[in-house]
Amino acid sequence: MTAPTIYTSAAAMYRTTDGLGPWPYRGKVAAVGIGHSPTMRRWDGDPQTSIGAWCILAVRQAIADAGVSPDQVDGLVFDPGTSTGAYWPADQPVPEDFLAAFEQTSDPMDGLAQLSPEWLLKNMPELTNVKFVMLASHCMSMAVAATVEAVGRGLTNVCIALKGWHNFAGRYYHSGPNALPTVSGPGKHTPQSWAGPTSYGTAMQFERYTHKYGGSHDMMAPFVVNSRGNGLLFPEGYFAQHRNTPITAEDYLTTRWIAKPANLFDNDMPIHATAAYVFTTAERARDLQQPPVYVLGHGGGGTVRGDSYSPIASRSSVETLEEAQANAASTARRVYEAAGVSATDIQFENCYDGFSLFHVFWIEGFGFAGVKEGECLDFFQTDISINGPNPVSPSGGNIGSGRTRFWGWTDTIQQLQGRAGARQMKIDAHCGLAGAFMPIWSNFAVFSKDPG
Amino acid sequence: MPKQSPIPDDLDKPFYEAANQGRLVLQYCAADDRWQYPPEPVCAQCGSAENLSWRQADGSGTIYSYGVIYDTPIASLQPDQPFNCAVIELDECREIKFMSHLPGTPAGEVPIGAPVTVIFEETPATGQKVPEWQIVES
Repeated sequence: MTAPTIYTSAAAMYRTTDGLGPWPYRGKVAAVGIGHSPTMRRWDGDPQTSIGAWCILAVRQAIADAGVSPDQVDGLVFDPGTSTGAYWPADQPVPEDFLAAFEQTSDPMDGLAQLSPEWLLKNMPELTNVKFVMLASHCMSMAVAATVEAVGRGLTNVCIALKGWHNFAGRYYHSGPNALPTVSGPGKHTPQSWAGPTSYGTAMQFERYTHKYGGSHDMMAPFVVNSRGNGLLFPEGYFAQHRNTPITAEDYLTTRWIAKPANLFDNDMPIHATAAYVFTTAERARDLQQPPVYVLGHGGGGTVRGDSYSPIASRSSVETLEEAQANAASTARRVYEAAGVSATDIQFENCYDGFSLFHVFWIEGFGFAGVKEGECLDFFQTDISINGPNPVSPSGGNIGSGRTRFWGWTDTIQQLQGRAGARQMKIDAHCGLAGAFMPIWSNFAVFSKDPG
Repeated sequence: MPKQSPIPDDLDKPFYEAANQGRLVLQYCAADDRWQYPPEPVCAQCGSAENLSWRQADGSGTIYSYGVIYDTPIASLQPDQPFNCAVIELDECREIKFMSHLPGTPAGEVPIGAPVTVIFEETPATGQKVPEWQIVES
C-alpha cells in the first residue's frame, strides 16, 4: 500500500467566513453508513475496549453498514485527540497487555489516549487503499465538515469521518494546573482561574439572558427531560445501555448546582465511546445498501489562520451573551446560505447541548420553528417531542446519551433514512440540521432525503 | 477570598505591577482609540503594537452578569464554595470585562446592573495583588 497523503490540519476545509455563497457540492455528497462502539463510563483496562480498539470497531461497523468493502475506502478524517478532559497519568506505565494487543507506533499513547494515522492503519490492514488522511481536531463536527468538503472536492471518494473519546478514572480537571497555588498563562485573566467549571461561561450568559428577556432556569426542565427521554431511546447511547432511567422535572429542579444557573443535568457526562460515518459521492451512494442522506451544505464559526482553527475571538476576557447570540446567528446565516435553505425548511434540529443552556442560543440563532431571540424558553413549554410538529434534539444529544458531540449526527442521518427506531419522528421529515459545538466554535451541516 | 496567585509574564507584567500599587491599567491603542483586556502583543483591531501603551483606568463599573460556583476544580477556591463569580463591565469602556468574586456580597445575592468600584486584594501564594470589585453602597 502506498503511504497516504496526511494533512495535519482541516482548517482549509471549513466555511467560516461570510459571502462564500452556495456550497458548490450541494446534493453531491451523501452519508451512507454509521458505526458506533459500545459505551462505558471509564475505560475498564481491557485492551479490546481501549479507545483505539473501539475506533477500529466503529470504522468496521460503518463500512459494513454502508455496504462498501474496506478496500474501497480511500479517505480517513479524524481527530487525533481523544481526551475528554482525562489524561493518562504521567507516572503510570502503559499497560503491557495493551502494547501486546496491537501493532504499535513509536508513541505508546497511540490507541490508548490519542489516535494517529499510523496506529490506525497499522491495526486495520484491510484498509489497503487509503490515500487521503486529514486530521480534524476537536470533535466529530469538525471531522464531518472536513469529510463532506473533501468528498465534494474530489480529494476522496469513500471517506470515513471518525471520532473517539476516551475517559479514565478520576474527576476531570482536578489535577494539573488547577491543583497549583499559582496560575500562569492567559487563564489568569479568564474564568479558567476565577471560576473553574467549564459550564460557568454558559451559565453566566444564561443568567444575563433571563435578566434581559425574562423567564427562569426552571423553564429549561422540559428540554432536559425531553433530551434524556430521547437518549433512552438511543440504543447506542450510554444511558440507554447503563442507566436506563428518565430524568423527571422534579429531578432537574432539585439536583445540585455546579455553576448556578447550570446544575448537574445541564452539564454533559464524560464517557468512553466512538463513532464513525461513511460519506461518498451522491452517484456512488445510489448503489449502496442504505438510503443516501444528502448534504446540502455546511458552515461554521471559528477563526482560520493558515493551518490554525481556533474559536472566534471575544472582545474581552469572556464571551458575553450578546457575542454568543451574534456568533450563533452568523453561523446560522452561513449554514443556510451554503445549503440554499432557510429556517422554514428545517424540520428538526440536532444542535449541540453539551451545556444544555446554550441550546437556547442555537435554536434562536437558527430561528428553528420560527423562534426569535428571547422566545426559546417559552417554546420549550410547547410540544418539542419526537411526536410533535417541532422536534427538538430528537437524538437527545449529550444530555441524553453522554459527552460525545456525535449523537446529533447519527440521529439526523438515521431520521432521514427512516432508521431511528423508537426515536423516529412522527413528522415526515425531509430536511434536518446537525452540528456542534458552542457558538464560539462550531461546524454544522444541513442534510436532506433529496439531493436538490 | 483566597485564589491562585497569577505569575506575571512579559506581556502582563505592567498590569500586575500596577495592581501591586493599587492601580488598574489597561492596554490602549491611540490609533484606534481602543482599550484592550486581556493583554495582547498587538492591538487586536489594527494588528500593530506601535500605538499600544498602558493607561490607567478609573476602575468603576457595573455588574454585567454572574454565576455562583458550587463545584470548582480549582483547589485554591474550593474552601469558599459556594462563591460568586461576576463579570464586571468597566464604565471606561463597556466592552472590557473583568472577573470578580465580589468580596462582601453574599453568594447568590448579586444585583445585575449594580455599580461597583475596584479594590485590590493580595493573593496568598506570592502576595501578588489582583483587582477585585465591590458593590457601591448607595
